[in-house]
Amino acid sequence: MKKIQILGTGCAKCKTLMANTEESVKALGIEATIEKVEKIQDIMKFGVMTTPALVVDGVVKSAGKVLSPEDIKKFL
Amino acid sequence: MNNQHEEDVSLLFLIMKGVGLLLLWGVVYWNLEPFSVWLTSGVLGLPPDQHFSTALQFFVYETPKVLMLLTLIVFVVGIIRSFFTPERTRRILMGKRESVGNVLAALLGIVTPFCSCSAVPLFIGFVTAGIPLGVTLSFLISAPMVNEIALVLLFGMFGWKVAAIYLGMGLTIAMVAGWVIGRLKMDRHVEDWVYATGPAAGLEDEKLDITARIQLGRDAVRDIVGKVWLYVMIGIAVGAGIHGYVPTNAMASFMGKGAWWSVPLSVVIGVPMYSNAAGIIPIVQALLGKGAALGTVLAFMMAVIALSLPEAIILRKVLKPRLLAVFFGVVAMGIMAVGYLFNFIM
Repeated sequence: MKKIQILGTGCAKCKTLMANTEESVKALGIEATIEKVEKIQDIMKFGVMTTPALVVDGVVKSAGKVLSPEDIKKFL
Repeated sequence: MNNQHEEDVSLLFLIMKGVGLLLLWGVVYWNLEPFSVWLTSGVLGLPPDQHFSTALQFFVYETPKVLMLLTLIVFVVGIIRSFFTPERTRRILMGKRESVGNVLAALLGIVTPFCSCSAVPLFIGFVTAGIPLGVTLSFLISAPMVNEIALVLLFGMFGWKVAAIYLGMGLTIAMVAGWVIGRLKMDRHVEDWVYATGPAAGLEDEKLDITARIQLGRDAVRDIVGKVWLYVMIGIAVGAGIHGYVPTNAMASFMGKGAWWSVPLSVVIGVPMYSNAAGIIPIVQALLGKGAALGTVLAFMMAVIALSLPEAIILRKVLKPRLLAVFFGVVAMGIMAVGYLFNFIM
């Protein structure tokens, strides 16, 4: 069971990353929880300077990029 | 050894492909004007002196010209940007003296990738790493306002002088406004929780090979050109309309040089508005074409891009009301000052 978090204050790019992540999780057929982290105080705890960011099991995998579903698969 | 050889071959292939594409770009670009003349008067048989044919020829020439320029520059800047991550920019700015820091921050604002939705995490990442408040704000002013999209559109539509003036004005405002706010010693007007956050580690820089960087350049083209082409076409259509029909001094009476209040008024109107550089271009085109003064129009454009109500709401998370007001006030004053200056000397 993987824990995926999407960091972002709710801009359009963050929503796209969320949708792409859901798509790749479905495509891979793995079990995972996807959670949005929208409070800026919580986002800063991950040490990122750009959003949206993708976090898998507590590790920041990418920041400031809208990854495609293909790219996301590599991190899952 | 074999691997090395293969890499060399593919690199050579890549360079040849790049040179080939660039040559093709150049040939097409330099033939756009004759093509537009040939299309309007040769193929469509329109008489050359009529308003409609001038307007149509202008549109047929300018649209691909500006879009081609935009594509080339966005691609090149996309590759340059892959070397300037926010983490690297922060490392460069750390430990710099304030005045040097303001200059560097404004310059780095041009090349560091920036999206307004990242303004807050960037702000926190910078100040918690010990970068002075004024230097951080210089970066935050320059990054959205002075960028390759604004510059290439201004260059394509109004020539290199207008683009150069915009670049100079924008960098000056970012440097001076940040420096002034630094002098005011307003660090305690940053929200208290920001400094309690502790320095953000940031990500390690990715090691990218040339193929990956080219891919980033192509992504930038798809992303940016895909988003702004419509505004560009509207802007040129407006320009074509003016080119062909509208008397050129319709705006001169109330946005011309003579009207002293036009600069502050356009800044006051522009500050709450939100748009990116491309979205504002049609309006700039219309205003300039109808005889508004250059300083006034560029001041309006900068006020719209640099400051906005949504930005105020975002920055309110990290800046207390007084600092937020000072930030908006100093930047708006700076924009007015350069607006006046250019109306005065041009």
